[in-house]
Amino acid sequence: MYPKDLKYTEKHEWVRVEGNEATVGITYFAQDQLGAIVGVGLPDEGIDVEKGSELADLDSMKTADQIFAPISGRIVRVNTALDAQPELLNDDPYGDGWVVVIEMSDVSELDDLMSAEEYEAHVAKEAGE
Amino acid sequence: MDYVPHTNEDRSEMLKAIGISGIEELFSDIPSEVKLDRKLDLPPPMSELELRKHLSELAGKNTTTDDMVSFLGAGVYDHYVPSVVKHIISRSEFYTAYTPYQAEVSQGMLQSIFEYQTLMCELTGLDISNASLYDGATAIAEAATMSSRLTRRQEIIISQAVHPEYRSTLKTYAYNLGLEVKEVPFTDGSTDIEAIKELVSDKTACVILQNPNFFGCIENMALAAEAAHEKKALFVACVDPISLGILAAPGEYGADIAVGEAQGLGIPMGFGGPHLGFMTCRQQYIRQMPGRVVGETRDNQGRRGYILTLQAREQHIRRERATSNICSNQALCALAATVYLSWLGKQGIKEVAEQCMAKAHYACEELSKIPGVERMHRAPFFKEFAIRTPVNPETLSKGLLESNILGGLPLGRFYPELSDSLLIAVTEKRTKEEIDGLCRALEGLV
Amino acid sequence: MSMPLIFEKSRPGRKAYSLPELDVPKKETSDSLPEWARRKQDPSLPEISEVDLIRHFTELSRRNFGVDQGFYPLGSCTMKYNPKINEDVAALPGFNNIHPYQPEELVQGALELMYEFGRDLCEISGMHEASLQPAAGAHGELTGLMIIKAYHESRGEGEKRTKVIVPDSAHGTNPASAAFCGYRVVEVKSDERGGVDLDSLREVISDDVAALMLTNPNTLGLFDENAVEIAEIVHNAGGLLYYDGANMNAIVGIVRPGDMGFDVLHYNVHKTFSAPHGGGGPGCGAIAVKEFLAPFLPVPVVEKQGDRYVLNYNRPQSIGMVKGFYGNFNVMVKGFAYIRSLGAEGLRKVAETAVLNANYVMTKLKEYYNLPYDRFCKHEFVIDSSRQVKHGVHTGDIAKALLDLAFHAPTIYFPLIVREAMMIEPTETESKETLDAFIEAMIKIAELAETSPETLQTAPHHTVVGRLDDVTAARKPIPRWTPPEE
Repeated sequence: MYPKDLKYTEKHEWVRVEGNEATVGITYFAQDQLGAIVGVGLPDEGIDVEKGSELADLDSMKTADQIFAPISGRIVRVNTALDAQPELLNDDPYGDGWVVVIEMSDVSELDDLMSAEEYEAHVAKEAGE
Repeated sequence: MDYVPHTNEDRSEMLKAIGISGIEELFSDIPSEVKLDRKLDLPPPMSELELRKHLSELAGKNTTTDDMVSFLGAGVYDHYVPSVVKHIISRSEFYTAYTPYQAEVSQGMLQSIFEYQTLMCELTGLDISNASLYDGATAIAEAATMSSRLTRRQEIIISQAVHPEYRSTLKTYAYNLGLEVKEVPFTDGSTDIEAIKELVSDKTACVILQNPNFFGCIENMALAAEAAHEKKALFVACVDPISLGILAAPGEYGADIAVGEAQGLGIPMGFGGPHLGFMTCRQQYIRQMPGRVVGETRDNQGRRGYILTLQAREQHIRRERATSNICSNQALCALAATVYLSWLGKQGIKEVAEQCMAKAHYACEELSKIPGVERMHRAPFFKEFAIRTPVNPETLSKGLLESNILGGLPLGRFYPELSDSLLIAVTEKRTKEEIDGLCRALEGLV
Repeated sequence: MSMPLIFEKSRPGRKAYSLPELDVPKKETSDSLPEWARRKQDPSLPEISEVDLIRHFTELSRRNFGVDQGFYPLGSCTMKYNPKINEDVAALPGFNNIHPYQPEELVQGALELMYEFGRDLCEISGMHEASLQPAAGAHGELTGLMIIKAYHESRGEGEKRTKVIVPDSAHGTNPASAAFCGYRVVEVKSDERGGVDLDSLREVISDDVAALMLTNPNTLGLFDENAVEIAEIVHNAGGLLYYDGANMNAIVGIVRPGDMGFDVLHYNVHKTFSAPHGGGGPGCGAIAVKEFLAPFLPVPVVEKQGDRYVLNYNRPQSIGMVKGFYGNFNVMVKGFAYIRSLGAEGLRKVAETAVLNANYVMTKLKEYYNLPYDRFCKHEFVIDSSRQVKHGVHTGDIAKALLDLAFHAPTIYFPLIVREAMMIEPTETESKETLDAFIEAMIKIAELAETSPETLQTAPHHTVVGRLDDVTAARKPIPRWTPPEE
């Protein structure tokens, strides 16, 4: 449920690092909590984001949520397939359901993210509450 | 008179079941120092008979357009309302229902709204319609805030030839949201397109024009749309749905959002409300559209059905981040419009529009024959036009009332610089005889 | 069974309409309109005969459930009986065939009605002056907040006061209206009795608070016993108190928001004062304010000058207009007729009976359903399905099962602070027999949850369509009909 090669945030985003680029998505836990995701508001390509700033909007049947940038940088790719197929976020959160690719401006921010083990513990705690 | 069915016996049985001796115990949690220690100071209750009499007396103090020949428009029009409309909207299955949350027992209202949405898309030539908004004025305000969200820009450009009350409402909304409203002037009754080009910038969320505008003039909407798009601003067209039987559709001239007042579609003038605001837009803006939307879907046996959809935009889910605070539509008015448009059909919408235009043009030509009276503007017009008269329009209106004619709107009310002008509307309901009567009466007054 | 759309019944050449022969010279559009002004493609409106049109919409009406069809305990919506006399008087030509810009002397009856209705609303709420312009409750909220903002600005505190406090049990419109008015929304928690948690309130209160919005009784149907203290806390910090009148039906004639310390309120005339909901509108969200806020009311305000009624636009501190013209006049006629039918005694009886009915149903149901806040309720109460969830039956299933038993469902999954909530509002117009039948249905459903959960999970079984796929509807929206490809 939580691939070892990814890094995670407390707000349930995942990050896959390849060179200077970070692919961002939402975790299995996040999509499960949201239920059927029915709409996505995606950012524009080419804009700069700060770590912690709003990245995208998610609409599910029962709630509306936001994704926050886990890392600062420039958005270089946006998964526009999600516009027509928001269900990819539910069906394949770590694959076709990716949201954006950010060209990182400060790689050291990666150190603040959680490992899969740490994230699993975080989720267990949250689910317990 | 009240509508409480309980007998004394019912009441005591219910109190007993709850385990209390009197109803006042149920209110014991209200601090006694704030409780009302007297009866409300209201007139004594009335029986149905007395109520009917009292309300009929009040209604009788109004002079209706049944008693006068009306040439008054300015956003509210005396179009004919066919009998079918009243009979359908009087069905209590419709009017005593709430918002169709429980789709399985609300298919009637949901399907009628789906049909309404389709009709409004057809009329405006755009892709998506919501289930309706309060009225034309708030529809403009909603279109402005929607444009601001879509473009992430804070400036709204609106023509001064848009209905003054729509602009007024827009300004109230905009002020509180921190949006800036800039007005474009008009020359000879038409919006100054060059002035739009000067004003529009990369801060502009949208440009809003009305067509026909408040003076009845048909605007060159395509040029205005182009000016807006030049700076990647949206173009919002506020239109009269009746006019769309013959006038270019917003989708045809590049509007991104169409809004307007659909009172003319089978809804009485009713002293200004309830009326029917509408909004349609291009497909890609659907998730930023305010208001309810009905969508087609399938049930668990594959049968077609309708349901409120895209609700994540709305306040009950998104709360402070909703696309609007709006949580209702004007469902019954939208139903009236649906019945009306179905009654008219493809031919009827054209014919109503053509009759309005022919009669308005006839009136304009005949009035212009009166010495000292002339149409103010040169732009083409549809069912409404402004005339300049040698006599003060207020005096003129009073004089016309002597002949039982409600003679139009003196423009000085909203445009002090136009205090010599009268705005005249002519719908399909007016006859040649009535128009000739207006001309005779007016001739006698100038 | 699905039903064809009106478009699918269309046949070229059929028509329902008739118009008089044109008695003035015909204008060819090509002569009087330049090419750029003309429509290129005709709109595809349906072509249908009048009898088929009437049958179509009559059939649609039979697929719809209203108060006249049966019990409608939709919490927060006050689905009381809509008296027929009110429909009749509202349909009088003297109220319908009048233009809003007619000279005032020709509409004195309409203005008198509005003035008197406004006075009644002030007396009922303990306020000073009313505006009837807002079209619905949410619109009233927005207008009330704009007034609050204008007031703070008039005192030079506009920039400072940026927050609106809303309890976590509030209607979704409250935070949405506050945001639409440019405010930041701060949520306060509810305490274990369902009221505003005073400690949480004290924590967020400061001189940047513009207002607190409160529904009282709240969305749990519970009266907040600390109302007076809450008012003090907010007022002491310089904030104002907004009363969401959605639940006025519980307290008309018993306690007045103005006397509890509230400064502004909106009514839902279509709830408390019996105007029908029209399948989602039109409504009337009239507001009333204390004297110090009256200068900020939207224009125009109906005033009485001698024995004449006028529309006053000249109120320099006004927030402006929030809608075209004067509001949903026709809905006002119905609300006014209702108040005048009932009078003071009748209105008090409304609140007393609404509260009696709710407590009666609650008492009978708490044996079968979990009641998260077990105390006297007001006009409505909230139970949840936590006992039924153990059998795999959720609130949504219970709602659908009620539809099969010819009842409308309660409001479900709201308020958000109760999981699997069902909010039940019987209203005062329902007889004991109706309430007993509903109670019996709910008990039967509770039993079925244990014995035959799958019956409930697949409900409804007897409606014109079964459970609809809302997920696909939202993911792949089809918001209009398109003709089949040829």
